Amino acid sequence: MPFINFSKDEIQCKIVYYGAGFCGKTTNLQYIYTQTMEDIKGKMVSIDTKGDRTLFFDFLSLSLGKIRGFDIRVQLYTVPGQVHYDATRKLVLKGVDGVVFVADSLKVQRKKNIESLINLAKNLAEKGISIRSIPLVIQYNKRDLDGTDSEILPMDILEKDLNSMLKVPSFNASALKGNGIFETLREITKLVVKDVSRKIMLLDKQLR
Amino acid sequence: MNIVITDKDMKQINFCLNKMLSLSMAHSVLLIDRSGQLIAHHGNTTDLDILSLSALTAANFGATAEIARMLGEEEFTLLFHKGKNENVYFSAVGEHVIMVTLFNDKTSLGLIRLQIDKIIDELSTILLSIFEKGRSRQNDPIRPS
Repeated sequence: MPFINFSKDEIQCKIVYYGAGFCGKTTNLQYIYTQTMEDIKGKMVSIDTKGDRTLFFDFLSLSLGKIRGFDIRVQLYTVPGQVHYDATRKLVLKGVDGVVFVADSLKVQRKKNIESLINLAKNLAEKGISIRSIPLVIQYNKRDLDGTDSEILPMDILEKDLNSMLKVPSFNASALKGNGIFETLREITKLVVKDVSRKIMLLDKQLR
Repeated sequence: MNIVITDKDMKQINFCLNKMLSLSMAHSVLLIDRSGQLIAHHGNTTDLDILSLSALTAANFGATAEIARMLGEEEFTLLFHKGKNENVYFSAVGEHVIMVTLFNDKTSLGLIRLQIDKIIDELSTILLSIFEKGRSRQNDPIRPS
């Protein structure tokens, strides 16, 4: 539910990073926070437990310049990944405009990725949103573990598990090292803004 | 659903918020939607991280609404946090919006509550029309949401 403010020529959008526990959603936001300039970002807010698990959500606001004279501000949120925090995930998804699904490349997490994607589809459907129509990007995180002792899934298996039906843009990433993080953010922002700007072009004529 | 706020809407909202601030002697007021997006703010908010405050308020309100449901209530329509110097009063404005009033010891909780009660109906009507417009656009086949 984007907020289009014609009084301030500003658009606010909400993007949620979704995925199973410990897949790297918070690390994504932390990397974005450390690598962006002070004048375009707000403070990063995290509500987590002492064990580094997100209890409620992380929040980061970014100002992404102008499109058609409108300032674009995106609010990035993460959700808690653990299965039993479903009520919290539903709360964070309220008013969502775009989703980044972060998948854990570790072989042992294969089932949890699929469960989490099904959970996302279910929670969006409860809000009347189809997972096939909302701007969505999949990120395969922890690719830096390739070649180490930790066994990770090959890309074709991950694509088959998670993206064979959806066919959305997907990216290899390492949230810890930063590879693919901004590529993911750029793509989801592009999709969300494209969605919103199409509507603005029509509304602009109507309201000005 | 897209929420579109026009100049006219914003003028009406600003008029209400200004009136509330001057009558209640609160120092700041924020209007946010329940997904955490800031709609408007007034008063002394320059030192505040209002975007984070909006996100946290929406989460706080949402979590409290769940507690209410567990207790058999539909929701708690107001929340109040008291600090040593600063106090926050959260009130539901209709179905979609929360008003956050920040005040210190220069005014009283009673006066704040009185003025909020007076302004909420007025604000609800303005916001309802904004959200209704958004809903009718959602049903427009040319502009899928």
